[in-house]
Amino acid sequence: MILGTNFKKFLIVILAGVALSACATQKKSSGMLQSDVYTGSDTVEYLATGVKDRVFFATNKSTLTTASRDTLRKQAAWMRKKKNLTFSIEGHADERGTREYNLALGERRANAVKDYLMTYGISGSRLSVISYGKERPVNSGSNPLAWSQNRRSVTVKAK
Amino acid sequence: MKKLILSIFFLFILSKSVNALVEVDITRGNLDPLPIAVSPLYIEPGSKDIKRDNKVIKNIGEEISKVIEVNFKRSGLFNPLKKESFVQKPDIAHVKPRFEDWRLIKAQALVTGKVTVTDDKLRAEFRLWDVVAAKEMVALAFSTTPDNWRRVAHIISDKIYKRLTGEEGYFDTRIIYVSETGPKTQRLKKLAIMDQDGANIKYLTLGNELVLTPRFSPKNQLVTYLSYFRNLPRVYLLDIETGVQEVVGDFPGMTFAPRFSPDGKKIIMSFAKDGNSDIYTMNLDTRVVEKITEHSSIDTSPSYSPDGKYICFNSDRSGLQQIYVMRSDGSNVKRITFGKGLYGTPVWSPRGDLIAFTKVHKGKFYIGVMRPDGSGERLLTQNFYQEAPSWSPNGRVLIFYRETKSDSEGKGFSAKLWSIDLTGYNERLIETETDGSDPSWSSLLSK
Repeated sequence: MILGTNFKKFLIVILAGVALSACATQKKSSGMLQSDVYTGSDTVEYLATGVKDRVFFATNKSTLTTASRDTLRKQAAWMRKKKNLTFSIEGHADERGTREYNLALGERRANAVKDYLMTYGISGSRLSVISYGKERPVNSGSNPLAWSQNRRSVTVKAK
Repeated sequence: MKKLILSIFFLFILSKSVNALVEVDITRGNLDPLPIAVSPLYIEPGSKDIKRDNKVIKNIGEEISKVIEVNFKRSGLFNPLKKESFVQKPDIAHVKPRFEDWRLIKAQALVTGKVTVTDDKLRAEFRLWDVVAAKEMVALAFSTTPDNWRRVAHIISDKIYKRLTGEEGYFDTRIIYVSETGPKTQRLKKLAIMDQDGANIKYLTLGNELVLTPRFSPKNQLVTYLSYFRNLPRVYLLDIETGVQEVVGDFPGMTFAPRFSPDGKKIIMSFAKDGNSDIYTMNLDTRVVEKITEHSSIDTSPSYSPDGKYICFNSDRSGLQQIYVMRSDGSNVKRITFGKGLYGTPVWSPRGDLIAFTKVHKGKFYIGVMRPDGSGERLLTQNFYQEAPSWSPNGRVLIFYRETKSDSEGKGFSAKLWSIDLTGYNERLIETETDGSDPSWSSLLSK
């Protein structure tokens, strides 16, 4: 049954190849987008070492992911140390929606961030909210990756 | 004897049907535009010259007829015939047209006219002739200032349009829009106004702050829009004549999506606070502010019915963007969209019979119309990205804007104004010097 064994080996090689390539594809998408939320580090800036300045959202949503809440807890911890600073929280949307609704959605996203920071002891008087709707994309591309990078709320030090 | 009676009878029928030929049906797609000859207007000898950019306009009578022709061509309903084939001179044609000459070039309607220009007055008279029936249909005269000569052409176009279709025209109107330049990530936006045929573009703001969604007041003297002046997004009023801008009300948060009420007395808009957007009105005289919607969802893009009794708006209270109608006091809120996809930017037709909207489904954007009860949904055009329809004052044409795809450097991006007839025909790019978005149509200037 030499044929049989060889065929088995052949099958194993093929299957392994398929599994590996599937793994590779998984890695690519989970590295960038998970449940429609951007999880990468391109476009991300830092308020301080280890303190990311932004969180990302799924299409039409303003809910904070686990990763977002982790980022915001770090922001809050840093803000508690910098008591003289105030911040502007910007809310943004991607271009795949109507302009006026996107303005409202941006405001909702920025407010979700503000509310979360306040639960970690940051006074609301230090946090102002501004929505830019879809007016200020960070990635000009017309593709799902670009759109996911644009669905964001950015914490900016007030001047 | 029998033969004579029969032939008279036939003549009767023929002449009756001949009278009915010069008529334009705008309720159906017009694949057979009416051939119309627009003769250059005869200039009364002794008339003064009119200047444009300090240069004398060579033949004002011909320039006026060209503006009329462009209006007719762009409407999709008329086919203006080439002037080179005209046999009769403008002066004679206006007094006594030789209909055989005009029938030879297959014209069914003829426009002739005369202008007289003095230092401070332009007097225009025009006649519309039914070439087939060999009769005069309309004869009108009116005066204006010489620098308003383009409006003369638009008013004539509207009168002819009305006589031939039975509907009010839309040529003596202006369009306000946002002029866009620069990279996608840092767009420079200015308020711009132009005649509906693209002439007389004027920029109303400098571009120092972001401006969005401008709309005319019913009498066309004011514009309401969203401005990010001092980085505080608020609804503003701009007086077109004086250029004076003032913020609407004293809201402690972003106001946006503004429109005027049909009587021009109120601004209706959204006010966003603590993650919630509700619809409010402010009376421009009394300054009284009223809260119209009360819901934890996003309520935006409000638009009044022309009688002021109802408001249609966009809300995600059912989970995703849908269109709702309510009484103007905020009572009796009813959802009217139940189809697949998202619905946004509802805008009530000035005729009251339809609501135009943007629909997004499976990654495609549609401009459509439906009856105010949500029935009769009809999608007119589909694109990668388009939105925000605005009605012509006769409720027969929609203007909106489209954006194209771009790469991560922003290459390939453009925003342009487009129009389409209610019938779904005559989809047309509207040329603007720069890119443009957020167009809004004025009412007739001459009303």
